[in-house]
Amino acid sequence: MLQSFKLALRSIRSNKMRSFLTMLGIIIGVASVIILVSLVNAYMSYMTESFASLGTNQINVNVINLSSRFVSADQMYEFYEEQEALFDNMTPMVNVDTAVKHGSDSMSSTSVTGVSEGYLDIKDYGLVQGRNIQYSDIVSRQKVCVVGYYVASELYGSPEKAIDETVKIGGYAFRIVGVTERQDKESMKDGGTDDFVWLPYSCAVKMSRNANISNYIFTIRQLDRADEAREQIEEFLYGIFKNEDLYNVVAMSEMLDSLNSMIAMVSAGLGGIAGISLLVAGVGVMNIMLVSVTERTREIGIRKALGARKGVILEQFVIEAAVQSAMGGIIGILLGSAATRLAGAAAGLDATPTPSAVLISFSVSVAIGLFFGYAPARRAAGLNPIDALRSE
Amino acid sequence: MEEPLIELRDIYKVYQMGDEEVRASDGVSLTIRRGEFVAVVGKSGSGKSTLMNIIGALDVPTEGEYLLGGEDTSQMSDDQLADIRNRMIGFVFQQYNLLPKLNLLENVELPLLYAGIPAKERRERAMESLEKVGLKEKWKNLPSQLSGGQQQRVSIARALAGSPSLILADEPTGALDSRTSREVLDFLKQLNQEGNTIIIITHDSSIALEAKRVVRIHDGKINFDGDVNEYAAIL
Ligand SMILES: Nc1ncnc2c1ncn2[C@@H]1O[C@H](COP(=O)(O)OP(=O)(O)O)[C@@H](O)[C@H]1O
Ligand SMILES: [Mg+2]
Repeated sequence: MLQSFKLALRSIRSNKMRSFLTMLGIIIGVASVIILVSLVNAYMSYMTESFASLGTNQINVNVINLSSRFVSADQMYEFYEEQEALFDNMTPMVNVDTAVKHGSDSMSSTSVTGVSEGYLDIKDYGLVQGRNIQYSDIVSRQKVCVVGYYVASELYGSPEKAIDETVKIGGYAFRIVGVTERQDKESMKDGGTDDFVWLPYSCAVKMSRNANISNYIFTIRQLDRADEAREQIEEFLYGIFKNEDLYNVVAMSEMLDSLNSMIAMVSAGLGGIAGISLLVAGVGVMNIMLVSVTERTREIGIRKALGARKGVILEQFVIEAAVQSAMGGIIGILLGSAATRLAGAAAGLDATPTPSAVLISFSVSVAIGLFFGYAPARRAAGLNPIDALRSE
Repeated sequence: MEEPLIELRDIYKVYQMGDEEVRASDGVSLTIRRGEFVAVVGKSGSGKSTLMNIIGALDVPTEGEYLLGGEDTSQMSDDQLADIRNRMIGFVFQQYNLLPKLNLLENVELPLLYAGIPAKERRERAMESLEKVGLKEKWKNLPSQLSGGQQQRVSIARALAGSPSLILADEPTGALDSRTSREVLDFLKQLNQEGNTIIIITHDSSIALEAKRVVRIHDGKINFDGDVNEYAAIL
């Protein structure tokens, strides 16, 4: 066995061109499978991640309030409190479309939103300074606000300096009572996730001059009850609006589900393409093996005349094929991994070679090499030594 | 009396060419003992190679019994034939039949490899063999780097390496000029004097005269079998 292994290595070394051609198919097959699968996986997980960061436990509610039929924030809160077993948290969302100013500095990228005291928990953010908006702020419409780390740093230099400073929003002065912690390295920029101001929704609704609020976010206690929660909200809203077109309830987890099924579909398609490219590689190996057996019939005849048993010849060829495909596979893995990282870096994705793609493409290529190496080797080993010797 | 090394009993080898039968061996009986030096001579197409293939256990007869070292080969499987070739026969071919990608040492090692001899001993014995044919220094060379005569000596070294009972040479000088032919023949003679059994197959009567016993084939039949001096007399 060890002997056959050495013989195979020697034979591979002494026929560099032939060996290279045999391996080339496998190299291309394995590398392309790894690149393809890993890049698509990286893209998919990027999508899933950005989706998940929106909050998979959230249900977004959007209503169109008419003067005859409308839902007030108080009604929403009543409903929410009745369904406390189902819901974890709730906040109205009131967007205020205005710039944020401090002295002569102005930031127009900052998102200004009126929220409840529960929003901090919904976003799952922590505070580096000060306190959160409180229920009493909302009831008494206190002009206070919580700002993101980026806003505090840009306008005041640091979170410590920002506390108790005022910020001008839509002509009103709001006192900064809290600053949230930095989210990640990407968040500290215009329009990033640390570029925001939260006000008590009661103040925001007054500034927006709308009597009622059209957006709410609920969070649910259990992800597997997302369906039920969505239906409860819909039922409640139908009771008020009597028209399904006046409200829209979206559970993020359900959207994640459909994203996941899309990913599964794409992955299956990819698997098919990958399989085909590996098969093509295998046919290449078989082709070369066939040619090499024909070329080497005389060699086989000589070996048999000198006393090589059928099994030994078979072993020699099969091990040769296996070693060749394994070497091709390893080169393919190295190339594919390097290319994946390069392409990932170029596309701004965090692309690492998917272990399953590496494992599967490698084992499939070796299996194909073995299989397609075996058939011609069997034929060769079965040759009559005199017929084999006579061939030129 | 010692049992014969080779015993052919009424051997037939028949090839079917369309509806025509070719009897390449047509009732051959032949006994060869250890230590003999036999030349099998005959015109082209007379059936020499057929006989050599049977004696060398490369092929089995259509009919008849062939005992090699007392063992009946006619019922042997492919692998059994491979083993008996490996143990008992050293081939020297007209075309040398060395493996071009292996160096001389590796070529000479091959029969020992298939005999399952461990690497170290294999190397030593192969080196000894190469030394005998005077090519020890060149063991790293590839066959293509040698002259024809040297290549044939490597193939003799390979035939000797496994210490076979019989050295079977099919037209060993067919591809060589007269001077190197002479060398090879002298070498075979010397090997015989050292006790090796040698069968040499040739179409050339002058080469047959170098042996001790001559067997002449015609149309698949033996039509002369005797001492080399008797053969010289009828030429
Ligand atoms: N494989 C074969 N198939 C058909 N006929 C063959 C085969 N091998 C040999 N023969 C025939 O058998 C006869 C003897 O051939 P061979 O033993 O090669 O003769 P030699 O070696 O003396 O020249 C020839 O007529 C040849 O054509
Ligand atoms: Mg012949």
